[in-house]
Amino acid sequence: MSKTINLTLKVWRQSGPNDKGGFETYSLQNVSTRMSFLEMLDVLNQQLIAEGKRPVEFEHDCREGICGACSLVINGRPHGPNYRTTTCQLHMRHFKDGETIYIEPFRADAFPVVKDLIVDRSAFDRIMAAGGYISVNTGSPQDANNIPVPKPKADKAFDAAECIGCGACVAACPNASAMLFVAAKVSHLSLLPQGEPERERRVRRMIEAMDAEGFGHCTNTGACSIECPKAIPQEFINRLNREFLRASFITEITDD
Amino acid sequence: MIKFREGTPITESAVPPGPMDRKWVDYRSKCRLVSPANKQRLTVIVVGAGLAGASAAATLAQLGYNVKVFVYHDSPRRAHSIAAQGGINAAKNYQGDGDSIYRLFYDTIKGGDYRSREANVWRLAEVSANIIDQSVALGVPFAREYGGLLANRSFGGVQVQRTFYARGQTGQQLLLGAYSAMMRWVDRKKIEYFPYHEMLDVVLIDGKARGVIVRNLLTGELKRYSGHAVVLATGGYSNVFYLSTNAMNSNVTAAWRAHKRGAYFANPAFTQIHPTCLPAEGKYQSKLTLMSESLRNDGRVWVPKEEADVERVRSGRIKPADIPEEKRDYFLERMYPAFGNLVPRDVAARAIKKMCDAGFSVIPEGDAVFLDFKDAIARLGRDVIDQRYGNLFEMYEKITGESPWDTPMKIYPAPHYTMGGLWVDYKLQTNVPGLFAIGECNFSDHGANRLGASALMQGLADGYFVLPYTIGDYLADEIRTPLPDTQAPAFDQAEKEVRSLMEKIYQIGGNTSVDELHRTFGRIMWDYCGISRTAEGLQKAYGMVCDIEERFWKDVKVPGKLDEKNSELEKAQRLLDFIQLGKLMIIDAFHRNESCGGHFREEYQTPEGEPLRNDEEYAYAAAWEYTGTDEPVLHKEPLQFEVVKPSVRSYK
Repeated sequence: MSKTINLTLKVWRQSGPNDKGGFETYSLQNVSTRMSFLEMLDVLNQQLIAEGKRPVEFEHDCREGICGACSLVINGRPHGPNYRTTTCQLHMRHFKDGETIYIEPFRADAFPVVKDLIVDRSAFDRIMAAGGYISVNTGSPQDANNIPVPKPKADKAFDAAECIGCGACVAACPNASAMLFVAAKVSHLSLLPQGEPERERRVRRMIEAMDAEGFGHCTNTGACSIECPKAIPQEFINRLNREFLRASFITEITDD
Repeated sequence: MIKFREGTPITESAVPPGPMDRKWVDYRSKCRLVSPANKQRLTVIVVGAGLAGASAAATLAQLGYNVKVFVYHDSPRRAHSIAAQGGINAAKNYQGDGDSIYRLFYDTIKGGDYRSREANVWRLAEVSANIIDQSVALGVPFAREYGGLLANRSFGGVQVQRTFYARGQTGQQLLLGAYSAMMRWVDRKKIEYFPYHEMLDVVLIDGKARGVIVRNLLTGELKRYSGHAVVLATGGYSNVFYLSTNAMNSNVTAAWRAHKRGAYFANPAFTQIHPTCLPAEGKYQSKLTLMSESLRNDGRVWVPKEEADVERVRSGRIKPADIPEEKRDYFLERMYPAFGNLVPRDVAARAIKKMCDAGFSVIPEGDAVFLDFKDAIARLGRDVIDQRYGNLFEMYEKITGESPWDTPMKIYPAPHYTMGGLWVDYKLQTNVPGLFAIGECNFSDHGANRLGASALMQGLADGYFVLPYTIGDYLADEIRTPLPDTQAPAFDQAEKEVRSLMEKIYQIGGNTSVDELHRTFGRIMWDYCGISRTAEGLQKAYGMVCDIEERFWKDVKVPGKLDEKNSELEKAQRLLDFIQLGKLMIIDAFHRNESCGGHFREEYQTPEGEPLRNDEEYAYAAAWEYTGTDEPVLHKEPLQFEVVKPSVRSYK
């Protein structure tokens, strides 16, 4: 059965990119433990609106753990305390009565704060535009079954393709590195035969774009995979490094 | 008082002549083309970047057009197409089980309860196979067999295995494919995309769509963009009910604003309710999560037979497992012995509602019934069930904290797709020249009910394979038209109107939050224009929604400022459009004196309680014209069935 808890919330408020920002403290009573974390924030916002205050801005959309819009650092952890769980799938039964919860935006130089808990993650789109695709025109591609892909390879590509582009890996990393994101994208396409022709060009261009966005370097702390709501494993970072190294050996042949 | 007028029927839907299986081939061969040199001088505006929008943008850019894409998300990859789970249909016949274009066409027409346009549906079936080829070429990791070839599975309402899937994330993978194709053209500067930009109006010059007014959601700035054509790919309107399986931001504003500029809105009352979703509990609930239809293959739906048990299970004094077999009512098996738990979506949804309305809901607040896997686990073993549904069980447990291994799921129907939308002709063009609508935001392919795994198919068919041809036919006349000047009086006027409406809403300064009013309004729509409808109920609801509209103008409260990121202002504008759409939905549901597909009017049912269609009087698409008054004008597009003869669906 549902019960209710009382909470103290320390929420990061920042009116815009140029504002310094800081924590505000709110008290929230009778929070049903059946609520999702974002529904708890909805309730907070209703309370703020009723009090004539500015509600807290945060990103969210599907609330099913797949669109990657929701973010938040909850008590120091991207997407909160639960393993393989986005913030929208986190529920209040995992919190205790009387608890104080700190809620902050994802922090990284490459993800500037837009307002309150919203950060600008468009750096990911720019990395994708640099090479996160297979160059094939719409028209009459060959029959899908003309490109057999061994099941284990297809499954492995899928494990990488599950990335929802939320940016938790960056927020979790002490260096704010985007390696896990780029690794997932590069691995997905380089594991498939369709991705072969652009294999070297892709990895070089995506790494270049990643560096240009100001993400930090990877020092193999592994925090990204632990906080990733899809648990994208570290092995893809190894794969990315191999792909990059491989591409750097054969650059001259494939350079465009 | 519900009022409407009947206008002239629609006689021109641009369906090409000739036999059904030649129409699209002939059209493609004969439609006008734009030369590569001229394409470079033409600009197309695409609003929305879900499956339909992203695939259209990528293909148009590849053809050489300049494309501008507007999305209200932070990234084009967030569109709600991403949440589709099950799969995508295609008449590939890889399984050699007798599938064909005709069968996919027939299943879709029948599934739509004979309320869709045959030529559009045929074309959809025809291009379905190309979608799979295209997506695989783009690197979409569909499920494969050990031999390396593509796997298929079955889906509801059909007798062949034609559904391609990517685990439970088919929509995500297809969208990422289309998104990557789009980003390739962003890199090549053929697509300019605008995240955090919401379309608030379409601009018409001399009757043609020539641009849009958008609001930068981060700064509040209103901006003007012009083009030679405008494509809306803005999704469905299930959030009219407040609670639905749609993403929180999904809304009708772009389509509704286009409607207010003259585009007809067709069959707004055709909405689909999915039977197996997590129930709404408590006032705070923000959305409803879908649990895949596949669960009904092995799950049994039931409620306690005795009210005393209902009471005890609600209050938690007994567990569902404590109720013995003889005191359980497996009501779908009782009512529909032939199909049992696997009756179609609309039938299951109505039966579940009926039981809850009769007082058998198993939860204390709100409505729900049990979906029980006890027998399947006993019969097949835990391993088999885990392979089939393990990820769904995990998702259920994550949300509810209850494990379906130990206790039955609690489920209830929820709105999740809208078959209605902007009226389009065969070319996917609205009645406003130069304004096109693709994907869920148009009305064209699913009639009164959509079959599973067909939404992804339609979005990509429209975007990759249909619109790029048909829009060329329109743009062939525009090669001498310079890019419209955004300082033209029509842009001034449109921006002024958008601004004044926004400011008017902002200045209401009432006491009710947008969410609170939306919840109240959505409940009215759900109660009277949801799973089942009556003339009496609809009339009552119409009055109630008019009151809601009045209350909106008196009492809604929008905090914050106009010139900043302001989610409450965004929601308030969308709510007003939803309320106005709600009135039209009620009028449409009221005027259609028959039951068909997702539109169930209690007065029109067979003695067995099945929907009773009236082909004599209602075999038409209802396209509504906006009049600026409470009296919209109805234009009927008669539906002719050349290939399939309409018949009665029965599941007893």
